[in-house]
Order: sequence, then structure tokens, then C-alpha cells
Amino acid sequence: MTARQRTTIGATASLLLSAVACVLLVRHIDEIRPPEANVDTLYVDSPKIVKRASLGFNGLMACIYWTRVVQYFGHRHHEHALTFNELAPLLEITTTLDPQLLPPYQFGASFLAPKPPNGAGEPDRAIRLMEYGIEHNPDNWHLYYNLGFVYYTDIKDYKKAGEVFERGSRVPGAHPVLKILAALMNEHAGDFSTARLLWNAAYESSNESNMRQNALDHLRSLQVDEDITNLQAAVSRFGQRTGRLPSNLRELALAERMPGLPVDPDGHPYQLSPEGRVTVQKPADFPFITKGFPPGYQPPASALPTQP
Amino acid sequence: MNTRILSIASNTFREAVRDRVLYNLIAFALLLSGAAIFVGQISINIERLVVVNLGLTAVTMFGIVIAIFIGIGLVSKEIEKRTLYTVLSRPVRRWEFVVGKFFGLAGTLVVNTFFMAIGVFGALFYVAQKFSAADLSILVALYFIVLEFLIICALALLFSSFSTPLLSAVFAFSLFVIGSFADDLRAFAAATHGIAGWFATGAAYLVPNFSALNVISAVAHQQQIGSQLILVNTLYTLFYTAMALSGAVLIFDRRNLK
Amino acid sequence: MVGFWHKRPKRALHPIHLTVEEGEIFGFLGPNGAGKTTTLKILMGLVFPTGGTARILGRNWTEPSVKAQIGFLPEQPYFYDYLTAHELLEYYGQLSGVPAKGRKQRIDEVLAQVGLTDVKGVHLRKFSKGMLQRAGIAQAILHNPKLLFFDEPMSGLDPLGRREVRDLMEQLKQEGKTIFFSTHILSDAESLCDRVAIIHKGELRGVGAIDELTSTVQGKVEVVWQGTQIPASMKALGADCHITGDRVRAVIAERQQDAAIDALRREHIRLIAITPLRTSLEAYFVEKLQHSQKTAGTLV
Repeated sequence: MTARQRTTIGATASLLLSAVACVLLVRHIDEIRPPEANVDTLYVDSPKIVKRASLGFNGLMACIYWTRVVQYFGHRHHEHALTFNELAPLLEITTTLDPQLLPPYQFGASFLAPKPPNGAGEPDRAIRLMEYGIEHNPDNWHLYYNLGFVYYTDIKDYKKAGEVFERGSRVPGAHPVLKILAALMNEHAGDFSTARLLWNAAYESSNESNMRQNALDHLRSLQVDEDITNLQAAVSRFGQRTGRLPSNLRELALAERMPGLPVDPDGHPYQLSPEGRVTVQKPADFPFITKGFPPGYQPPASALPTQP
Repeated sequence: MNTRILSIASNTFREAVRDRVLYNLIAFALLLSGAAIFVGQISINIERLVVVNLGLTAVTMFGIVIAIFIGIGLVSKEIEKRTLYTVLSRPVRRWEFVVGKFFGLAGTLVVNTFFMAIGVFGALFYVAQKFSAADLSILVALYFIVLEFLIICALALLFSSFSTPLLSAVFAFSLFVIGSFADDLRAFAAATHGIAGWFATGAAYLVPNFSALNVISAVAHQQQIGSQLILVNTLYTLFYTAMALSGAVLIFDRRNLK
Repeated sequence: MVGFWHKRPKRALHPIHLTVEEGEIFGFLGPNGAGKTTTLKILMGLVFPTGGTARILGRNWTEPSVKAQIGFLPEQPYFYDYLTAHELLEYYGQLSGVPAKGRKQRIDEVLAQVGLTDVKGVHLRKFSKGMLQRAGIAQAILHNPKLLFFDEPMSGLDPLGRREVRDLMEQLKQEGKTIFFSTHILSDAESLCDRVAIIHKGELRGVGAIDELTSTVQGKVEVVWQGTQIPASMKALGADCHITGDRVRAVIAERQQDAAIDALRREHIRLIAITPLRTSLEAYFVEKLQHSQKTAGTLV
């Protein structure tokens, strides 16, 4: 073997070995670095400073910060964190860098207002962010939708929500759903169908996995709430008719001529407590339900409208 | 073998010095002392923060520029000036030449950083009037900056072995910028699916991980840097440099020196 | 000893068989672009041939141990201009493995031999072309190699410089070194070489002593005589005549020179000089191509 061949083999081996080592070390570094290292908003409070530091490359920096927003939230949500202190600052920086970037507003609408662990619990900042978005994109109906969304789902100020939806519906090219929602806010704000409409729209209008999952969870919880409401009413009717509680849901299903044994969206049958309360088997699978809790179960923060 | 590498390294160092590279220290000193005095006048309670941030950022920027500008010419200049012919006609292996050049450039930067470090601590003492235990972490930050330099040197040398100086500078500088966002690149790659995802992931891991080596903000806020991170960053730099140099050796070994 | 057969990537070099004897000065002649420098670069390991082998001093030319025994002077070399001559040789000495103990002494020796002792502390960027060439020879002989390769050692030098380099090469031969050098100037080869190889457009055209090779070409002589007369008999010889002032210069074939002398004597014209005209290598090859098909003379 010539010296040159030896060098080639040595260098190639070294190259491959080092490459593998680098990859492994990078992964290790990511694990041992303090999580705050990824969030430099701890040290940079002002979005304006970030904007100036971007040296004119605002658009690119906005995209980078948007990626960080999703990373940050997804990571903490996965860890069941109780605080999301950096979410608002990150979103504010992102939208300062590029006010015309839409996904951050939608994300803020979904996750700034709800209480932890489902969101940052800062409805005021959510409102401010949406207003900021509207100010910079007055002809974009999505932002009115997002603002109305916040009023409806978290703040539960249906009058305000209706006003915002109405404003949005007057924007040229606005989606018809805005007009529908504006009308529904008047008398049917608390209806299941209204909520379902809103959450379906939320699900359809986003490709981002956190938001879609969130909308899906709400829809499923809505279903449970609706089922429980209906089943509870059926139990009352049964009681009025027979003067006693049904011994189990099968008896109730037969009496009410239901198509089958009532099951939750996951396919698990509902339960009937001895006191006549209808409960869901696994409340933890439905983070947003407001009824159907088994006795002694502590519900987490809710984001659904209260029932009439 | 080692004496030859050492010879080439010290000759490279000598060339840099005689090329008046170390004069950049004057500009650096002026910048830093000016800033320190200015900040000391304003006295807005964040003097230390400004000096550490500015000082360490300046050390990084100056060093990266030097590393790239000297690094890109390391091989190509010798080929262009034909000084390489008389070197390679001697019992010097081509890989020894590459490694020697690397150590020469790295040595230049270490010396340069050493003097700059003195400058930073000097400015710090001027504004803070004393040193605290937290200032030790500044040494760690400086050490990490030197690690960044080593990686950039190796990359500049890699590009110099086959590319023109201009392109080498562009590539090396681009990798520096992209490497500073390596975290975000990995996050982005993780969210991408399909073939694009594979490419993105590959790129994200091959790009130099400068985001982990840049602890300037943390150190400015007097955070401590974990010893485990120091160790792993050192290992990473070692392997990354080895990777780049291996590439340089493979390419240069095959190059026809017209 | 060198023997090889190789091809060049873009332009194929035809099979070349060469052997260089120890202790001789061997010239590698060819016009510009013939492939001389490329051949040397291949031997130095700077360029990789697509095929072929070479043996230097009994070993494969790619072996690193060979490099310690050879010295190379590239064409129109530059050196690290920020170094002095002394520092340059110190650096090269380290790379060539000259032991640290006697290194300084050896450097001074070599500098004296090439005549650069006075300027050993001067930065190379201030050196003239001749001085650079001498520095180049210094670095080539520093480690006392047995075999030297010089690429156009005389190029760009004034007559004094050329003389100095020629003398140096003679000196080195006296020391028992073997020199393989390339040039496109026939006269340089003539005065120095024992044997030559002639290469043209990548092809070997002949190997042997110079006169043997060029004697296959008709030599010409220049006849100079007093006056402005051109005898008819001269014209009959097919002479190419020019009148300059009060003399006539005529170029005739070598074999006709006796006839020319007789012609002049008959007319009582005073002969001033007869000078053999050496053809330039360029003209030599042009003539070769015009007269015959390719002739690969291989005289060893």
C-alpha cells in the first residue's frame, strides 16, 4: 500500500468517525443545555431592540422567531409546564419583526389566553396582540376572526365577540362564517352548535400541529359535554316517568330507544353513578370538558363557554 | 513528522504576524476602551453588561474575520505563488502540510484572543472597579469563542484546498452565520417531513453548532456555565475540526498543482 | 536513474523511455509548451499522471523517502517574500530533515556557494531575479541531494546571471551530483549537457548527445565578404544574400562552403568570415516536421 493510499484510508475513516461523533455530541449538547439557552427573550425584553439588531433582515428573523415560538410552546406543553412566560414576548417579537406574518396571531389567539397547562393565561396580551395585528392588517379578515375567537372562547364576552365578528364580516372578501358567527353571538352564543362551528373553523384554518390538536381536543370535549347534557336530560325524563333512576345506561338506552349504548368519542361507554349522574370514563382524555366528571375528580382549567 | 508540522505551523504564524495581522489588536483596543470610557460616563447601571457583551462580541467578530481572511488563502495563495512546489518536493506529506497550516492559523488566533482577553478584562475592571467570582465565566465564554475560531479555521482551510479565495470566504462566512442559528435549523428540520426533512436534518446536524458555543448573553448576565457543557463542547470542536481537516486532506491529496 | 512512460490527461504524451546516468548533466529540451514542466511536476508528485511509472534512485517515484535525496528548482520561483534568505533555508532545512546541529553551518556553506552570503539577512521581496534563482538553487542543494531537477534554470536571467548559473551547475557536477534540467534554449544545453532528450508537443523526438541529433539536420553557414558584389557563382549556389553597408552576408548550406570559398577567391573578393549557423530549437523542429513524418529517434 502506498503512502498515499494509507493517507486516503486514514482521512476517510477520520472523516466518517468524526461526522458520527459530531452528530451524537450535538444531540447530547441539546440535552444538557439549560432550556433557557434556547430562549434569548430572557435577556432581550424589547422587540424593538431585536428589530434593530436584525439589520434589516426582519422577515427572516420573524420566521426564525416563529419557529422558536412553536418549539417553545410544543416543548413546554409536552412537559405539562405550568408557566409559559416567554410565549407572549416571543410572539410580540415575531409580530414586531413582521406584522404581516399571520400564523403568529392565530397561535396567539389559540394559546395566549387559556390558563396553563393549555396556554399562557394572559388574555389581555392576547387581545393586545390581535389588535396590533388588525392595526397593521386592516383588510385581513382572519385577524378579526382571531380576536373574536379570544373574546368568545376565553374571555366569554359574547357581546364584544359579536361586535368584532361584525366588524370583520364587513371587510371585503371576508369569509361568510364571520357574518354567521356575528349573528349567533346575539342569542346562541352558548349553544353547542355555535361552539362547534367555531372550533371546526379553527381546525380547518390551520396547518400547525399544535393548533389543530387544540381544536380537535375542543371539538371532542364539546361532544362529551353535549352527550352528557343530553344523557342527563334523559335520566331526568326517566325519573319523571318511572319515579326512580335507571339502574344503568343500558336500561336508559332501551327506554329512550337510543340506537345503541352511548359511548364517548373514543368509544368508551359513559357511566352512570348511583346518584344518577352521567360521567365519562377517562376525563383526562378530554381536557376541556365542563361536565361528566367522576366523583372526586378535579377538573383542570376550562376554556369552553358555560352552559345556559 | 511532528517537527515538519511544527515547522509549517510556525512559518504560517510568522507569515500572519509579518502580514501585520496583529495590528487588528490596536483597532480592538481602541474600540473597547472607547466603549468602556463612554459607558463609564453614562453610568446607567448596566456598564458591566455592555462591556461584556460588546467586548466578547468584538472578540468574536474580529477573530472570525481574521480566521476567514487568512484561512481562505492558506492553500490557494501558496499554489498561486508557487511556493508550494519547493515545499512538496521535500519529504513533506501533503496531509502534514494541511495540518501544519491549520495549527499555524489556530495559533495566531489563540495569541490574538489572549491579548484581546486582557483588553476585555481591563475594560471590565475600569467600569466595575473590581472583579467578582462571576467574571470567571467570561473566561469560559472566551474559551468557547476560541473553539469557534478553531472550527472556522478548519472550514476555511477546507474550502481553500479546492476553491478560490472569494468563494471560500463566502462559504466560510455563510457557515458562520448559519451555524449561529443551528438551534433553529434543527427545530425547523424536526418539523419538516419527507425527503426535504431528511435533507434539512442532515444539513442541520452538519452545520457547525455555534449556537451552543455562543454563551455571551448568559455570561453577561453572570450565569454560570456547566462543566459538562464545557467538556462536550470541547469534544464537539475536536471532532468537527477533525472532520473538516480530513476533508481538506482528502481533497488536497488529490489535487493536481498546475 | 529515471525511466518512465506516461500520459497527460488532456493531451496524451506518447511513450517516453528515458534513462539518466548517475553523475551526468541531462538536458530535457523542447520548445515552450512541449510538456517539459509537466513532466517535472509529475516526477515531483505535484501532478498525477493517468498512467505509467518512474523510478528515481532505484525507488518508485511516489515514495516519500525519495524526496530526501532530490532537490527541485521550479520555473521562475517565488519564495515566501516575508522571509530572509537565511530564514528561508532554515525553514526548508527543517522540512528536509537537515539535522539541527549542523544546520546553520550548512546554510552558510550553501549561501556562500551560490554567492548570497552578503544578503542573507535581506527579505526575499527585495531580491532581483538572478538572486531569486540563486536562492532557488540554494534550497535545492541544501540537504545535499544526489539528484537535482531544475526547470528552466536560466530563464529570465541576464547574460551574467546565466553564466553564474551555468558555472554553478558545472560545480555541482564536479561534486558528483546528477542534474536533470529542462530548457528551450539550445545553446545552454550545448554548453552543459552530456546528453539530451528532445521533446516536442508531448512526444519524444530523440535522446542522445546533441551533435548526434542535430547533425541529422543540414547545418548552414554564414559567409561574410567585403564589398557589395555578389558573384554569379554564388547565386548559382542558391545563396541567400544581404548587403549591409560595405559587406555582403550570404547564407549557404554547410556542404557548399568549400565551393563558396573557391567562388570568392576566383573573383578576388576578400573573405571576412565563415560562421556555422546554429538553428534554434524552434526552427529545428519546424524543419523536422516539414521534411519528414514523425521520427521518434531513440538512441540510448
